Amino acid sequence: MARKRYTHAINEALIEEMSRDPRVIVYGEDVELAIMGDTRGLLDRFGRERIRNTPICEATLTGMAVGAAAAGCRVVVHMMFSNFIYTGFDAIANQMAKLHLMTGGQAVMPITIIAAYGGGASNAAQHSDSGYPALVNLGGVNVAMPATPADAKGLLKSAIRGNNPTFFMEAIGRGGEMGEVPDGDYTVPFGKAATAREGRDVTLIAIGSMLKPTLEAAKKLEAAGIQAEVIDPRTLVPLDEEALIAAARKTGRIVVVDEARDRCSAASHIAAVLADKAFGALKAPVKRVTVPNVCMPYAPNAEKRMIPDADRIARIATETARA
Amino acid sequence: MPTTEPSRAELLALYERMLLIRRMEERLRADAAAGNLPGAVHLYIGQEAIATGVCAQLRATDLITSTHRGHGHFLAKGGDPKAMMAEIWAKRTGICRGMGGSMHVADFSKGILGANGIVGGGFAIATGAALASKLLHDTRVAVAFFGDGAANQGVFMECLNVSSLWKLPLLLVCEHNQFSEFTPSQDITSGDIADRARAFKIPTTVVDGNDVVAVWQAAGEAVGRARSGEGPCFIQAHTYRIQGHLEAEDLFLAGGKYREKHEIDAWRQRDPVERQQQRLLAAGVRPDDLQAIDARIGRVVEEAVKFAVESEPADSDLALELMFVGQKA
Ligand SMILES: Cc1ncc(C[n+]2csc(CCOP(=O)(O)OP(=O)(O)O)c2C)c(N)n1
Repeated sequence: MARKRYTHAINEALIEEMSRDPRVIVYGEDVELAIMGDTRGLLDRFGRERIRNTPICEATLTGMAVGAAAAGCRVVVHMMFSNFIYTGFDAIANQMAKLHLMTGGQAVMPITIIAAYGGGASNAAQHSDSGYPALVNLGGVNVAMPATPADAKGLLKSAIRGNNPTFFMEAIGRGGEMGEVPDGDYTVPFGKAATAREGRDVTLIAIGSMLKPTLEAAKKLEAAGIQAEVIDPRTLVPLDEEALIAAARKTGRIVVVDEARDRCSAASHIAAVLADKAFGALKAPVKRVTVPNVCMPYAPNAEKRMIPDADRIARIATETARA
Repeated sequence: MPTTEPSRAELLALYERMLLIRRMEERLRADAAAGNLPGAVHLYIGQEAIATGVCAQLRATDLITSTHRGHGHFLAKGGDPKAMMAEIWAKRTGICRGMGGSMHVADFSKGILGANGIVGGGFAIATGAALASKLLHDTRVAVAFFGDGAANQGVFMECLNVSSLWKLPLLLVCEHNQFSEFTPSQDITSGDIADRARAFKIPTTVVDGNDVVAVWQAAGEAVGRARSGEGPCFIQAHTYRIQGHLEAEDLFLAGGKYREKHEIDAWRQRDPVERQQQRLLAAGVRPDDLQAIDARIGRVVEEAVKFAVESEPADSDLALELMFVGQKA
């Protein structure tokens, strides 16, 4: 165990997986000097046979991943900001997500796509989306949402070893958190939620970047005499429905916190699942704390209003706990 | 066709516009370093001759698309320095009311269809603007400014094809500044970008992008051709990015290095603003007159900053109003 930054944990996972399996390759724009920090040092260690800078051509980067996977590589593509997933969306939505089915199970796509999402840095609308609900809706891709350095390491290793296309969504918008990371070959299975905090009065389900403000909110609630449980689904596809339903049964009061836009967000999907499968246990409406249905404004004051923070989460959680 | 020589008044106007861009950005550089500006700031220092030379050949009604490095295009096309400064300072008086910021300065009323955070995002927009001009039978020309990095997006080749096929009034201006973020262009680009345009039978000119007169002359011919219905043109302007990819790039590099200081210094010797200044002095313009221009621009910049600083912050709920026309978010 050692304290590490989120990007450092990702770096460690990449080094370990590239060392473990010579078929793992990494490419993307400016991965060599590591514009996002997480691929730093890989070039020196592994050379251009294993990691390389690409031209700016996202439509080709995602398409090549399909072909390289078909031809025997385990592919890690770094898309930098998650908005650039849109630029490369065709091969994702029309090939990657569909080929296993369409080929009657022949195509196996061990592809990991890394991208940083979220706002908070005044990067404006084309660099601040939390676009993962669109990926969730594709059906044929996994979506991992690590919130902590430990989960970043463990989920990335599982993603690279897995045989399905997987999006690994980096919550590094605000610099990347510090946290304890287990040493050695640490993996986190997909589809297993984590309990970040125990409590009996209200359950806060926090997705990815929202774990931190949600835990802050839980502290505020504690001061007000409300014991909040905090659950982190860790992957949206597959989704640990069982854990979420169990949480709903425990407190009967649920708030889902998500940095995506509200409409068809991950939060709204989770709310729907609980309304469907835990209806009898609910004591209050399932509430969503999300970004309004807007694109992220540039001005810091305006951006701050849009992104859920501890105060907003605590206020809605309090209402839900007392409803 | 004999190349046109700019008049003395034109030479002075080119100089003044370049200097405006330079002084505005020097101020932005200082304010970025002082932590006064939210978000990423990508400076155009060293490339001013390109936007200036091209836009001097445009009419107010012509349309341009720009890049993440868009302040120069905005100012060259006649964008208001105050409104741009206030935008970057995230104020409600900004040209995009604080919603867009440095990477998104736009003024549709002046044909500035916007800087863009998506590399290559401007190609098809400019092509579509040129299509509209053709279908509406007006004489507007559309110009897409883009970097050598953007030329590797597939949409570039798609726009070369469609614009050439349909003889659209489009000018494509590649600002070849040698880098795509931290990657040298030659590491990620095969062949000569100009050859891509040639392959689609698009007339192509390669110019010294640090010589505003050379750019102005090339643009004059290209715009004339596009306006007269002969179809698209391509200009490749060789230049160099003096500043980092973005201000505070050292933070991202964390000790890593992608170019040598002597290379930057060598390009400083070819500074487009200074070259134009030398040209003017050689043509007999008095140093006092040049100083008067600088002083005038200094006041414009000061006023712009004052306006930005004194303006109210952006309306924090405006995004809810602006997602649609006449419809709430
Ligand atoms: C679609 C997309 N991919 C990647 C990026 C990240 N990015 C921003 S600027 C840049 C380099 C652009 O190089 P170039 O087009 O040559 O313009 P320059 O920065 O040199 O002016 C990259 C890769 C982006 N903004 N958009």
